[in-house]
Amino acid sequence: MKEMIRLEGLVKSFGELQVLRGIDLTVEESEVVCLIGASGSGKSTLLRCLNFLEESSGGKIHIEGRQIDPKTDDLNKIREKVGMVFQHFNLFPHMTVLENVIEAPVRVKKVPKEQAVREAKALLDKVGLAEKADVYPGKLSGGQKQRVAIARALAMKPDIMLFDEATSALDPELVEEVLRTMRELAEEGMTMVVVTHEMNFAREVADTIVFLHGGSIIEKAPAEQFFTNPQAPETQNFLQTTVLR
Amino acid sequence: MTGIAHFFETFADSGGMLTRAMLLTLELAVVSILLGIVVGLLFALLKLSGWKSVAWISDVYIYLVRGTPLIVQIFILYFGLSGLFLIPDFWAASLALALHNGAYIAEIFRGSIQSIDKGQMEGATSLGMNRSLAMRRIILPQAFRRALPPLGNQFIIGLKDSSLAAFISMNELFNVATTLGSNNFDEMTYLLIVAVYYLILVGVLTLLVRAVERRMAVSER
Repeated sequence: MKEMIRLEGLVKSFGELQVLRGIDLTVEESEVVCLIGASGSGKSTLLRCLNFLEESSGGKIHIEGRQIDPKTDDLNKIREKVGMVFQHFNLFPHMTVLENVIEAPVRVKKVPKEQAVREAKALLDKVGLAEKADVYPGKLSGGQKQRVAIARALAMKPDIMLFDEATSALDPELVEEVLRTMRELAEEGMTMVVVTHEMNFAREVADTIVFLHGGSIIEKAPAEQFFTNPQAPETQNFLQTTVLR
Repeated sequence: MTGIAHFFETFADSGGMLTRAMLLTLELAVVSILLGIVVGLLFALLKLSGWKSVAWISDVYIYLVRGTPLIVQIFILYFGLSGLFLIPDFWAASLALALHNGAYIAEIFRGSIQSIDKGQMEGATSLGMNRSLAMRRIILPQAFRRALPPLGNQFIIGLKDSSLAAFISMNELFNVATTLGSNNFDEMTYLLIVAVYYLILVGVLTLLVRAVERRMAVSER
């Protein structure tokens, strides 16, 4: 198995506040890892450290076998390999759906425009939004926006996909269409790190569950084992108070 | 009745001279506003650059411009520049007006850039776009739309401020109108006429800005 991400003693502080207290974690190729935990446990911060939207305060980050030094490495090159989907979509409102998807391939990777358009249309078709190519994001529902955001991230042909509470801002009836797209992606063998509150999704799709509490990994286990036989008291407490949906 | 008839008669008679003066006013306004946009954008980006010393330059510039009357700035630039090297009156006036407008436009741009949700920069960054590419392709187009209403307002102010170029003897609207007024011992009529000219210019400009705003808003729906 190829190692895609390896964290050693990752620390992140905002001023006095230590949000991540020494995280060790390895993610292998095609593995789906779900990060769960109460809000404030550091799971989103951890995810954002993985594509350097947050600069870590200490520890080591290896991406695809290479240790990354934010001071000397070109982080934008790494971000091309690590796609990210946000809670609030962050689509570009002044561009059509198609323009959103081709923007980075054309401008960053210098893919010829016709090729980028062809690939973008295939991706939009894959997320079920081929007919929305020429629409502006403002016209889309939340679920459609998030599927466009997924297509936009995939257009860069990343090796790893990060999902930061991708369904948390959606109306309940729109959650499933986004989860379906994520499930398909997992089945195709994409390496994924997913911050989520969707326990059913985590149980069903994740290979590994990582439970964070107070900036530390309390428990890391295969999904089924995690939900049926949680070890740490914090995990048991969290699972009891979280409605399984 | 004779008063009104006199007004329209004078309006028609002075039409040729005042139209020529109006064109100069327009030239001054357009050049100084376009230059002002360039200057304003530059100083807005300096202020948002994240480098303290560079942002400080921008702060000082904005303070100097906002802290002194435009007429003083025009005189300093006009007499200062023409003392240093040969510069046509038109460019001395345009430059002074541009630097003046630029300070206000810098603040307009700074505000509109900062009003763009930070998720936009994060979204662009997560796709491998560097800061300047994200600025150019993602942030500025949205910020510019948001800046349009206050920019339109600044354009109107800039147009009217160009009348101060009269004091360095540019033959723009205000100068020509007051000269005609005193030559004909009929100041009030010419002042009313020149007011109408300004009202027409501002009216056209208002419609123009509104049309651009509408077009840009449509493309987002």
